[in-house]
Amino acid sequence: MSLLTVKGVSKHYNERIVALSDVSFAIEPGEFVVIIGSSGAGKSTLLRCINRIVEVTSGVVTFDGLDVGSLDKRELRKMRTKVGMIFQHYNLVNRLCVLENVLHGRLGYKSTWAGALGIYSEEEKAQALRVLRLVGLEEQVYQRCDQLSGGQKQRVGIARALLQDPKLLLCDEPISSLDPNASKVIMDYLKKINTELGITCLVNLHQVHIALAYAERIIGVKRGRVVYDGLTEHLTAETIHDIYGSEAGDLLLGSGGNHVG
Amino acid sequence: MSADYLIKKRSNTLKVLLGLGFLSLAAAFITQYDPVTGLISGLDAMRWVAANFYPNEQSLTRLPSIMNRLRETVLMSIAATTVAAFSATFFALLGAQTTKVNDALRLMSRSTAAFLRNIPAVAWAMILLFTFGQSSLTGFLALFFSTFGFLSRVFMETFDETTASSIEALTATGASYMQIIFQAVLPASLPQMISWMLYMVETNIRDATLLGILTGTGIGFSFALFYKSMNYHAASLVVIVIVVTILVIEYISNHIRRVIL
Ligand SMILES: Nc1ncnc2c1ncn2[C@@H]1O[C@H](COP(=O)(O)OP(=O)(O)O)[C@@H](O)[C@H]1O
Ligand SMILES: [Mg+2]
Repeated sequence: MSLLTVKGVSKHYNERIVALSDVSFAIEPGEFVVIIGSSGAGKSTLLRCINRIVEVTSGVVTFDGLDVGSLDKRELRKMRTKVGMIFQHYNLVNRLCVLENVLHGRLGYKSTWAGALGIYSEEEKAQALRVLRLVGLEEQVYQRCDQLSGGQKQRVGIARALLQDPKLLLCDEPISSLDPNASKVIMDYLKKINTELGITCLVNLHQVHIALAYAERIIGVKRGRVVYDGLTEHLTAETIHDIYGSEAGDLLLGSGGNHVG
Repeated sequence: MSADYLIKKRSNTLKVLLGLGFLSLAAAFITQYDPVTGLISGLDAMRWVAANFYPNEQSLTRLPSIMNRLRETVLMSIAATTVAAFSATFFALLGAQTTKVNDALRLMSRSTAAFLRNIPAVAWAMILLFTFGQSSLTGFLALFFSTFGFLSRVFMETFDETTASSIEALTATGASYMQIIFQAVLPASLPQMISWMLYMVETNIRDATLLGILTGTGIGFSFALFYKSMNYHAASLVVIVIVVTILVIEYISNHIRRVIL
């Protein structure tokens, strides 16, 4: 059974802005899938429809056998604990320390007041420290997040998502604010999480050369529609041109942001 | 096109300046204010101040009672600000776009805050005098209402500015509303909120002094009393005490700001 199916999903922000129209695909457990598309294509909206941060206009999302659209508030929170999310701008609480941010990954499992007051069990703290070791931040545990580099912040974001013990990781342009070195580090961590922990990953990327390097399967989105869905090696230059329009030349030949002008 | 725009903007500025010039001439004419006489009487006033308005030895014996009144004023300002800040936090959470519960409560909270904010403390005192007479309660409530309106407004802006991204992240982990408020919104906004509170304590000590003349309490009452009994030396001592207090409070709050921001 697929871990995630998206069937006929459309999203209209208003009468004029159609962010998604009739999007369908399925993701199998353990896959590492990259969604590519130029900015404004609808990638971020698509990821947010999966955990219902954005409500779909029509269509059905099924995650782990649950019809996401039909869940009530409580059930939705429970479902969200199984879906980690990573953001372009990290979305940390910058004034809190690394450990506190990572522990936020447990909130969905806790009673309202224990969570609100930040009361965590020893087991949860130990788990947080384990995850921080996994992403190489054992030195920064008590550092405030506004003192970290971009790459370190994104690793805190990954650690927070991992602490949810998720089945699916949604990554919305995780490397778009990072330099090439930090980008590689982050992509390698995501790949490692996928292969070693067996967590399914759905990653939005703007940069096609990185998608080609890491993805097994690519979904191409253009103006809210899926225009390609298949293995990375079957993706042709023409299709990439179609997805990106006039930008495509730069993205392919110059391997994107890596070349210094 | 852009040159046109700049010319238009400049001619608009000119029109506004001409308008303001005309208004002040008209006002001077209507009130029969003569700037030359104004200047001369200002000089006369200075001469009178130098001759009479300084504390002498006898007025120093009043110092203990003045300090008592001062304490009353300062404590009332702090109490009104603190109580107002707690209520404003609650209202601002309902009123901010990122933390609203629903649109009806948001509108209710915004319009209440706007209404209260637009009535200055002195006007509140005049209204409340009818109900509570000349008492500290009148002063306290007058400060409370105006502070509450102002702090609601700036807290709303603080919440909207500082927390949208981390609210999204915590929502995605499955955290509940209360958990998000206590774990993301308040930690991120607290330094700004405290800074605004300190600002209001300063403002309120100034306002409370004036209100005291109206309500017959605090340091304002001391001043009115000495002034009416033509004890100018003691009245000048009150003024000096007020100025020193305001400077000290400003110094302390700047110091606190530096530590928390
Ligand atoms: N909250 C929103 N309200 C209105 N329009 C939006 C909103 N979010 C995104 N859009 C619009 O939806 C389209 C898709 O946006 P998005 O999903 O962010 O694309 P991508 O992530 O691929 O850049 C764009 O035209 C964008 O302007
Ligand atoms: Mg996006």
